[in-house]
Amino acid sequence: MKKTLTFLSTICLLLGAGTALSAGKLSIYHWFEYIPQELLDKFASQHDVEVTMDTFDSNEALLAALKGGKLGSYDVAVPGDYMVEILHNEGMLDTIADGELKNKGNILPQWVDVSFDPGRIHSIPYQWGSTSFTVNRDDYQGDIRTTDLIFNPPAELSGKINVLDSQGEVLALASIHLGIEQCTNDREKLKQLNELVQGAKPHWASFISDGAKDVLVSGEAAVGMIWNGFSAKARAENPSLEYSYPKEGYVVWMDNVVLLKDAPNRENALKFMDFLLEPENAAAVTNFAQYTAGVANVGDLLDPEIVASPELNPPSDAPAGQFVQVCKEETQVLYDAIWTNLKK
Amino acid sequence: MSNPPHGVFAPIRHWLLLPSWLTIGFLMVSPVLIMLVYSFLTKEFRGGVIWEFTFAAYDQFFIDRGLFGDEPPQIEWTYINIFWRSTWQAGLATLLCLFIGFPTAYYIATRPASTRNIWVFLITIPYWVNLLIRTVSMKFLIRDNGPINAWLLQTGLITEPISLINTPIAVQLGLFYSYLPFMVLPLYAAIERFDFSLSEAAADLYAHRWYTLWHIIIPNIKAGIIAGCILVFIPSLGAFLAPDLLGGAKNFMIGSLIEEQFKGTAGNWPFGAAASMILLTAVLLVMMLHARNQKIDAAHQGH
Amino acid sequence: MRKVQDIRRYQGFFSMTLLCMLLLYGPLIIVMIYSFNDSPSIIRWEGFSLRWYYEVFFGLEAPKFKKAAFNSFSIAIMAATTATIIAVAAAVGMIRGGQFRAKTASFALLSLPLMVPEIVTAVATLIFFSTIGFVAGYATILVAHIVFCIPFAYLPIAARLENISSIYEEAAMDLYASRAQAFFRVLMPLMLPGIISGFLLAFVISLDDFIITNFVKGAGVETLPTAIFGAVKQGIKPDIMAISSLLLFLSIVFVTFSWFASRIGMKHS
Repeated sequence: MKKTLTFLSTICLLLGAGTALSAGKLSIYHWFEYIPQELLDKFASQHDVEVTMDTFDSNEALLAALKGGKLGSYDVAVPGDYMVEILHNEGMLDTIADGELKNKGNILPQWVDVSFDPGRIHSIPYQWGSTSFTVNRDDYQGDIRTTDLIFNPPAELSGKINVLDSQGEVLALASIHLGIEQCTNDREKLKQLNELVQGAKPHWASFISDGAKDVLVSGEAAVGMIWNGFSAKARAENPSLEYSYPKEGYVVWMDNVVLLKDAPNRENALKFMDFLLEPENAAAVTNFAQYTAGVANVGDLLDPEIVASPELNPPSDAPAGQFVQVCKEETQVLYDAIWTNLKK
Repeated sequence: MSNPPHGVFAPIRHWLLLPSWLTIGFLMVSPVLIMLVYSFLTKEFRGGVIWEFTFAAYDQFFIDRGLFGDEPPQIEWTYINIFWRSTWQAGLATLLCLFIGFPTAYYIATRPASTRNIWVFLITIPYWVNLLIRTVSMKFLIRDNGPINAWLLQTGLITEPISLINTPIAVQLGLFYSYLPFMVLPLYAAIERFDFSLSEAAADLYAHRWYTLWHIIIPNIKAGIIAGCILVFIPSLGAFLAPDLLGGAKNFMIGSLIEEQFKGTAGNWPFGAAASMILLTAVLLVMMLHARNQKIDAAHQGH
Repeated sequence: MRKVQDIRRYQGFFSMTLLCMLLLYGPLIIVMIYSFNDSPSIIRWEGFSLRWYYEVFFGLEAPKFKKAAFNSFSIAIMAATTATIIAVAAAVGMIRGGQFRAKTASFALLSLPLMVPEIVTAVATLIFFSTIGFVAGYATILVAHIVFCIPFAYLPIAARLENISSIYEEAAMDLYASRAQAFFRVLMPLMLPGIISGFLLAFVISLDDFIITNFVKGAGVETLPTAIFGAVKQGIKPDIMAISSLLLFLSIVFVTFSWFASRIGMKHS
């Protein structure tokens, strides 16, 4: 009797798990802690779609997951600029035909003809920002506007540094520190880069991306590589944190929503992209994640405090940031080797 | 009455065992064999595999050809060191568990029957409690601004928080804490079966109490000690949660190295499969050694 | 008698036992206490409150946790049920099957999931599913859980069966019962405490699994442990402590039931 009951309840659960209550589905692969849950709920109720979201914590992790068999189970993903190009080269992106996005006109003009997706046929802009590092001013009072704090830190900071677990951004920032180009075939320069990160590694306490804010807020790290908006959120929890725009330079990026190949719910994916191109919704993301939207007419909808935040407004003497570049295969394998060598 | 050779269910025993053979054979043995095959496949640029036979994964594991792959081959110590460090940490965790677990198991086993069960129950609960949650609570506890540091600061015993998190010590503590109950239970079972009249006899012959412990009790419960050590050592060796949550991705253990190849940014499945095979081989070696020892012991007892 | 007590006692073992208990329970109790902390920062204590439990059930992230909980529980029920059925059959075959050639090999096979390190099982299962083209999702988690639940269900069931004399089923057969009747009417009721105990342990093991689930889960499918892990990586927040405490409490309830089920059975025999 008991067994029959268990068996019956099992069947019920099996059926329950198989049937969705909503008309459609949307499966998102997104950066962690980037989109407010309210916005997903809003989309879900507006279009009667069941939204599921998985998160990743670096562009390379996104690529590895899609390569590892997850392509075909997500509809949209949110890669950074260089990763859009890589995903496109790998044939992992679907093409958005003309007229499929009715809000395409909302894209800010400077983000339409981007090098990683000219004419925006696979992606729409999401948010953009910079990658540099944040310092706990209680721990360090000196000049923070130098990448030395990461790659050649003073003794008092040694062992109190967190670095993002993100190959593209760490190696790009290291190249900026050395003043070398990002995709070089020059053996000497590559060796220099390798020696730089290897030499700095003993000073680093951890390679953490998803906890990049937490390690700074909790005081576990005195210096931590971080994205500007995430740093602004960290500052709200711990006022002694200060984001640095180093004199040597820093990394800038733009995240984009891409339409993935073999998307199980292509229609809903396009609806979602249109949804995100509406100023109101783009502004909601900005107000949550505290980066800068790539959509026009968001100005009045933004929290003025965020717009004026020191994280979003580099000092006037700061150099322009650099995008992470996509190297050719024979060059990229060398950078991959440096990273593997660093992480092991 | 022992089982008769031709019991009620003996004629259909193969049918009864078939579901388990099929399930475990199909979903456990064949995956391991496919993993073995995978470890000899070629990694594609940017992740994924090509079905071409190569030793590249094992080559990467054991041989260092320099950053650009054109230097004369040398032994690659990095991964061997990670394995060595993991073995060492797992071994130390085992010793620590034994050090705390043995007196505990002994104390419980020598309680009167009424209170003994309560003690055993108290040990059983943490055995089954979610490892993730236990590791998370350890992380919470030892953080720079966690309760322990806060308390120590408040009492004035320290002026600066003790920074434990993201150190090998934290990982060690995590391993020890994770697998401690795994040590106590088998030890308890062995000590409970121990015939204490032997201790009594030793005492009658004026043996010192600690002498009795060392020379009478411990040799007699050796099997339980070994079982406990294996139960702690093997999961510690392949641990992922403790190094990941407490060690901060720099204090790599084998488990984190393997995870990184699949879930992390490396995306090198053949290398992950090769590292898993090497770990599995090491574990099976330990088990075989254990089985051989048991056989030798059994043979000795037969004399 | 008094003398035996003395001989068996060792100086310091009691304090070591207390230390062991403190080590095992201290962190869990502290997390439970802090889950009632009325403060958004987990650092300071600001008085007792149930707000984080409210947050878990009715807050913004509640649907996510509820879905994860549904996945966890439905998978645990199905995996434990299937594993228990397989384990009961295997236990009868092993213990009532007499001596046969494949017995040692069968035992090794049954305990294999216990011996292979979890991370290796996870990797092997992931590669296997990907090779045969089984798309990761809810079903992959379920299938993987069934496999590693089998030994946990098997051990208490086999232990119970070993303590039941075979005269019962033989008497039933002598009274012209069919083999199925002998099993379902006679042997199974006797085995029931062991079966319940095995089922509950398999259930808890499935509910708690993180490593294997993390490898084989598909897009958008989370269980409670993977959801907790994902959240913890971004920092330990009070609602996570509340949900951990709930899971902790559940594990304790199930283990307690399993414990008493197996003990009541022992007294019977």
